[in-house]
Amino acid sequence: MTQAVTEPPPVAGPGSDERLARRSPLRRLLGRPELGALLGAVALFVFFSVVADAFLRAGSFSTVLYASSTFGIMAVGVSLLMIGGEFDLSAGVMVTSSALIAALTAYQFTLNVWAGVVVSLVLTLALGMVNGVLCVRTRLPSFIITLATFFMLAGLNLGVTKALTGNVASDSVRDMDGFGAARAIFASDVDVLGVNVNITVFWWLLFTAVATWILLRTRVGNWIFAVGGSAASARAVGVPVDRVKIGLFMGVAFCAWFSGMHLVFAFATIQSGEGVGNEFLYIICAVIGGCLLTGGYGSAIGAAIGAFIFGMTNKGIVYAEWNPDWFRFFLGAMLLIATVVNLVVRRRVERSS
Amino acid sequence: MTAAKGSAGGAPLIRLTGVGKGYGNVIALRDVDMEASAGEVTCVLGDNGAGKSTLIKIVSGLHRHDTGTYEVGGEEVAFDSPREALDRGIATVYQDLAVVPLMPVWRNFFLGSEKRKGFGRMDIDFMRRTTRDEMAAMGIDLRDVDQPIGTLSGGERQCVAIARAVYFGAKALVLDEPTAALGVKQAGVVLRYIVQARERGLAVVFITHNPHHAHPVGDRFLILNRGRSIGYHTKDEITREELTGLMAGGSELEELAHELDAAASKTDDT
Repeated sequence: MTQAVTEPPPVAGPGSDERLARRSPLRRLLGRPELGALLGAVALFVFFSVVADAFLRAGSFSTVLYASSTFGIMAVGVSLLMIGGEFDLSAGVMVTSSALIAALTAYQFTLNVWAGVVVSLVLTLALGMVNGVLCVRTRLPSFIITLATFFMLAGLNLGVTKALTGNVASDSVRDMDGFGAARAIFASDVDVLGVNVNITVFWWLLFTAVATWILLRTRVGNWIFAVGGSAASARAVGVPVDRVKIGLFMGVAFCAWFSGMHLVFAFATIQSGEGVGNEFLYIICAVIGGCLLTGGYGSAIGAAIGAFIFGMTNKGIVYAEWNPDWFRFFLGAMLLIATVVNLVVRRRVERSS
Repeated sequence: MTAAKGSAGGAPLIRLTGVGKGYGNVIALRDVDMEASAGEVTCVLGDNGAGKSTLIKIVSGLHRHDTGTYEVGGEEVAFDSPREALDRGIATVYQDLAVVPLMPVWRNFFLGSEKRKGFGRMDIDFMRRTTRDEMAAMGIDLRDVDQPIGTLSGGERQCVAIARAVYFGAKALVLDEPTAALGVKQAGVVLRYIVQARERGLAVVFITHNPHHAHPVGDRFLILNRGRSIGYHTKDEITREELTGLMAGGSELEELAHELDAAASKTDDT
């Protein structure tokens, strides 16, 4: 990577294989899963900087980062799961479920909100575990299993909330004990050089860093790539495939819990019908970031870049004063372009390496 | 030579006695005996569907046998997972090699047995270096241990898998059709490693359907047909021609030869 890109033509030294051209650093860079996303992000950034005057202002950029982070945090868990070869379609409503569990528990039992936070963590992780165990035990595609849990959770969210509050939204927990402290952790603004940046941005970066470290530097990371790349091979060399997959579903659940807590302490009241459809946005972030739909390839940094692209598009359209109705069209177009670019890049690298 | 080596360490490393296995109402394997001792190559031969794969799945711990006994070093075992077999020193190199094509060579080499240095961190430098050194010791000069293993040639991948098993202290090496998909030259390379592994004192179980590959390297030959053992011989008891004949179902092959001869002479007459 540190070598200059312009190298002298390869000379086969003694002992090296004369049929092989040297792989240039540029080639290596092209082999990174994040590359397509990075180029796309740069292009979009330049594009919106030119067409939208407000885009480059620090305040607007903070808003873009906030939008990116709310999806980016989920994209961390979802991208790891996709590298592990599985999907989670219930991720979107699981965020709402998690938020509702915390808000309803704290309000109905008049507890400190932290009790709700802990109960929600335990139950949400259990939800992730249910998803994982069902997939592993039945060997059905996770697409079907989590589609089922998606509908079940969506129904539960609405049904339980209405039964308990007589309303489609949870009661406000703003005045309850511990709200201020919890808000400081999950939903406060941090002053960075005079600009208010939501704390979720920092959590997002931290989670991405941790996930990247796990993927590239730890044994578990090796196992995640292996179960996604070839579960049978991984099993044959002694990788605990089932436990890794269940763990990955629980990782998504953890991210859903965190996102849910952000919703609770940012808005105090939770709309029980929210979250439907967001699971696709998380998957889009991961795929734009270079995750293969078939598993075994991808990166958490790529997913973060994917989320950033998402945030830029989402807010950039507003700053450019276009009709935001077009947002979804752009999102779909970007997904299409990103997957094709990734495909082309990967094929070229595979052929030349 | 084989008898002397086999009895030297007392019980053989691997001994199957009257082993059988069924899948539902299909009897895949019935009443098979086999031994593999240190410093010996035991060849398992058979046509497609003869039960070779079932046999090695039992040996490697993927499936449990239904009948008979399976002893490792004189101790009866019944494995529930390949991990247990590995812990006993029985390593299997599968036909699909159990490698993950998109992962770098070094990650594949250490997959499932990663070297760590506290906090779950992997000792990446050590693993990279070891992979390169071990491959060099097998005569393969890897350009780049970071290249995806899917980009190596079939013979090279086979050697990574064998080197991996040897490195992790395998006492017995089970090779599932390692030469099946290879060209003549590459098959020769793999056969040389089989001999090398034998010289290093490993027990090798070599599954193949090619008697020309089996006879030069093998010390014992187990021939399977339709899930049964139809011959179990040491090298001095059997010639390559007999082996070929047995494997193809002997009389069937003779019949075929007669048929072809007859057809040939007919065309000569006209």
